[in-house]
Amino acid sequence: MAIVQTLLFAALAPLLAGWLKWCKCFLQNRRAPSLFQSYRDLIKLTRKQPVVAEHASWVFTRAPYIIFSATVLAASVVPLIAVNLPTSAIADVIVLVGFLGSARFFLALAGLDIGTAFGGMGSSREMTVSSLAEPAMLMAVFTLSMTASTTNLSVGITHVLNEGLVLRPSFVFALFALILVAVAETGRIPIDNPTTHLELTMIHEAMILEYSGRHLALIEWASQLKLMLYGVLIANIFFPWGIAETISLQSLLSGLLAIVGKLAVLAIVLAISETLVAKMRLFRVQEYLSFAYLLGLLGMLSHIILEASR
Amino acid sequence: MNIEQQDFYTQAILSLAALVGLTSFLMLGQGRLLRLIFVFALQGSLLTLTTTLAGYSLNNPHLYISAVLTLMLKVIFIPWMLRREVIQMNAQRDIESTKNKSLLMMGGAGLMVFSYYVLHPIVQTTSPVMLNALAVSLSVVLLGMLLMITHRQAVAHVVGFMSIENGLFFAAIVATNGMPMVVELGVAFDVLVAAVLFGIFFLHIRSSIDSLDVDRLNRLKEVDK
Repeated sequence: MAIVQTLLFAALAPLLAGWLKWCKCFLQNRRAPSLFQSYRDLIKLTRKQPVVAEHASWVFTRAPYIIFSATVLAASVVPLIAVNLPTSAIADVIVLVGFLGSARFFLALAGLDIGTAFGGMGSSREMTVSSLAEPAMLMAVFTLSMTASTTNLSVGITHVLNEGLVLRPSFVFALFALILVAVAETGRIPIDNPTTHLELTMIHEAMILEYSGRHLALIEWASQLKLMLYGVLIANIFFPWGIAETISLQSLLSGLLAIVGKLAVLAIVLAISETLVAKMRLFRVQEYLSFAYLLGLLGMLSHIILEASR
Repeated sequence: MNIEQQDFYTQAILSLAALVGLTSFLMLGQGRLLRLIFVFALQGSLLTLTTTLAGYSLNNPHLYISAVLTLMLKVIFIPWMLRREVIQMNAQRDIESTKNKSLLMMGGAGLMVFSYYVLHPIVQTTSPVMLNALAVSLSVVLLGMLLMITHRQAVAHVVGFMSIENGLFFAAIVATNGMPMVVELGVAFDVLVAAVLFGIFFLHIRSSIDSLDVDRLNRLKEVDK
């Protein structure tokens, strides 16, 4: 069951990316590519022969596999359609952040490995952004763990689910903080533009500029997975209704429908914000992320001040 | 008292209190005038929401009137007036150069802690919810004062003043479950009159020093020439 869920995660990720692209095209009065274009791109890339630069070391060729598998492992921790699965019991939120961190570490190494100017620049920028984003993310997630008094995602989500509708000030802050962090970490518009290849502005694209063929396919797939992972985190932590608590066909199907619906809505929100907001200057990124951190901190404080028992 | 044991109304009031406090902090850190005014309108709409909620759950129909007044004055009329003023002055691109932004924020956080400290004795007589709501509104008042002290633009001063009023209004709604109608109407018209007076003051300041930057009021006119 846990394996099925992880496979589903991997299979749905390109669809989410396609849907996001479709929404953006619709908002910008362009003709959208088909929803399944991301799958076609991935298949086309895997068929092509990868070209590896002359000076590349083993890090460069191994990195895509490590990145992809670390992201898949991270995805297996997050409850997608059902809680209380065996994989979610072995790892908690901090391990999840660790998986994502190690994936990013290898991505940055691979960017540096070739020795081109762009790769190094992209790596340094990525590390700057992520070192600022990670504390904010942890703050936001800790708010949940303090409420549920556990760092395990699955148990936490069950706690929120069983509690019924409780309006918590701390969750409002944590939700905003996590959204800001998710936008920064997945390289969406105010921080990074995923569609650009303009030298001055790219972060993620700069690191993977030298990749081609199946390596590129794996990295692209991993970044789509990461986008979906953050979407699922936001959807299932703050709006967990509909997720399956028992393993039966009916509840699993309704869980699947619920998560697809929630992700579709989130993608629409993201597409609207990407259409409205312009990309930020790189030097203002730290202001943006410290605002996210402030929100996370406020969430934690308001949990302690406003909600804790006296 | 855990939050799970409170009723829905209390939870909502607490959430709104937290958001109102957040908007005050946002105003304090905002350099651009138009965005400052936008955040002010946001705070006004949160107040409207609080008033409506209180009116609904306490079965107090005259609170709806007060909510409508808040909506018209603090969300629509005053922000619109200030915005027009800023655009006429061509000051929307001015960035307030507050020297020590982080120090300012620390000061704001200190004020918040201070208001909790001051109000702590009250917790013996009322519920902790009341303490939180009162502490947040007191800190909104203090943050509004801090905003008036630190900013140089006259428009920012008006926004600070109005946000002080917002803090008091929030405290009144939450603590008394709705004031008498006469008081609310009186306060609303006071705000309206204040807004009009500020408009006249703007006009005078502008015609005498050709800017809304109050720091220039300290200097003699002839020195600049």
